[in-house]
Amino acid sequence: MLDIQTQLFEAQDVRFGPIDHETHPEIESKWTHDAEFMRLFDLKPARPLSPAMVKKQYEAIEKEMDEDKNLFYFTIRAREDDRLIGKAVVEWISWTNGNGYIRLGIGSAENRRKGYGSQALSMLLRYAFGELNLYRVTAVVPAYNEGALRLFQKFGFMEEIRRRKALNRDGEFWDLLSFGLLNSEWRDQNRA
Amino acid sequence: MKDLYRGTLVRLSDESPEVLAKAFAKWNQDSEQHRLADDDPAQLWSEKKLKEFIEKRAENNSKSFRFSIRTLEDDKLIGGVGLWVASWTHSEAWMGISIGDHDYWGRGYGTEAVRLILQYGFLELNLRRISLGLHAYNERALKSYEKTGFKMEGRMRGEGWRDGVHYDSLWMGILREEWLEPQGTQP
Amino acid sequence: MKDLFKGELVRLSAFDPEELAKAYTGWTRDSELTRLFDAGASALHSAKAGKDFFEKMVKEDGSANHFFSIRKLDDNRLLGDINLDVINQWGSRDSFVGLGIGDRNDWGKGYGTDAMKIILRFAFAELNLRRVSLSVFEYNPRAIRSYEKVGFQHEGRQRGALLRDGKRWDMLYMGILAEDWKEQNHG
Repeated sequence: MLDIQTQLFEAQDVRFGPIDHETHPEIESKWTHDAEFMRLFDLKPARPLSPAMVKKQYEAIEKEMDEDKNLFYFTIRAREDDRLIGKAVVEWISWTNGNGYIRLGIGSAENRRKGYGSQALSMLLRYAFGELNLYRVTAVVPAYNEGALRLFQKFGFMEEIRRRKALNRDGEFWDLLSFGLLNSEWRDQNRA
Repeated sequence: MKDLYRGTLVRLSDESPEVLAKAFAKWNQDSEQHRLADDDPAQLWSEKKLKEFIEKRAENNSKSFRFSIRTLEDDKLIGGVGLWVASWTHSEAWMGISIGDHDYWGRGYGTEAVRLILQYGFLELNLRRISLGLHAYNERALKSYEKTGFKMEGRMRGEGWRDGVHYDSLWMGILREEWLEPQGTQP
Repeated sequence: MKDLFKGELVRLSAFDPEELAKAYTGWTRDSELTRLFDAGASALHSAKAGKDFFEKMVKEDGSANHFFSIRKLDDNRLLGDINLDVINQWGSRDSFVGLGIGDRNDWGKGYGTDAMKIILRFAFAELNLRRVSLSVFEYNPRAIRSYEKVGFQHEGRQRGALLRDGKRWDMLYMGILAEDWKEQNHG
């Protein structure tokens, strides 16, 4: 049912917020110096970034959001003090097919394992399904990211694809898993 | 001469891009407000990007007449209202209004802002008719528009889609001669 | 040394932007082709738009993207194209391959399968890649069979990823590892 009163961007302990070009680059720069975070969040080679580089990335993100209209980027803030703790995106949207990819991450280790990821994912799914009206979303997860695997399984995602040895890190080959959730499945879960 | 910009609760004003960007950033965060006012997916643009949008749109505004809304009591910036001329030759414009600050809903502020913009449109721009569209689920706005003299002209079925529900959009209009007639209630 | 780009029915050659663009305007008029090949909405392209697109591709870095025309061995006729996109240079050395035979009269004759065999040899023996991946639409059984024949294994499917003619279709993903390919071709 149509529920405009329930806020899209507020959860119990976290909220979604816009990019803050003044204060966020420095925080995110620290995250990029933590190879563990980068390897959980991104498939590209881990690489540290200066705040100036992060600022450039932010500008490129907002430019892409504005021009291509198939990327939706949110910062995750702690509700108590609005500090930046992570990010969540819906990207690579194919509007005619109604599908897109989702990705989220909590930047520093001390903020993980507190349920923030679940709250953020919950908001992200409501946005993808209730505001963008996507038919389905996909999340790509390296086999070594146990936290993410657990999170997506908890939310009822189905493992759809296993690309064998598609990732090579630490001298080991890892499968790349692709999880999918349909709008109808999400709706059924929330009705129950 | 009538003070075109002043009512009894609010006044129409213009604001700097910085001030507006800050206000928009705050109001954007309220997704209920966005989903009442807007068709686009609710989005959280940074203040920097919002400022860019505001500056860009100011460059090409020969047919847009945008105002901010401030309370008379304490000069608080609570929203925006505007007219977009669809065609000078047809002398017709679209109206849009949004009260960003939740605290000022349902208290007559929006209705007065609509009255002021209609006055501006008919007395200053000499328009022949003003149109608007709204989501069928926006009951508060519908009451406000009926009160200010708009007549229901149509309904587009299932034009919008949110939370898995297809909702209708409603279309209303007011003609110059209707507005010029005394309305029976306050001006 | 074996001729890297020659198969039994076809050969791979450098593409000529102008020739390809001209061929595409013809091929893309066949919406069955575009709907087999492309997940985006089918569209018609002018020869100029096609030429600009292909010329841009020539300029772009060739180390990650390898694009070839497919030509018939006996009469050198242009049949279609095949391209290999290396998506992971540094680690898993994974790539995505895409191929299309333009004219429906050339379908089902083994040209695609032959071209795929050539590109796999190029990928594994020349570029030293470790994986070649592809995605294929559920409603393209001819292609799926061809890929199975050449050694791709099914790795999964995205349910309902495509919406066409009011029906939902899955997007299948397949992959072949260097060790699989080596075994099939030398073992």
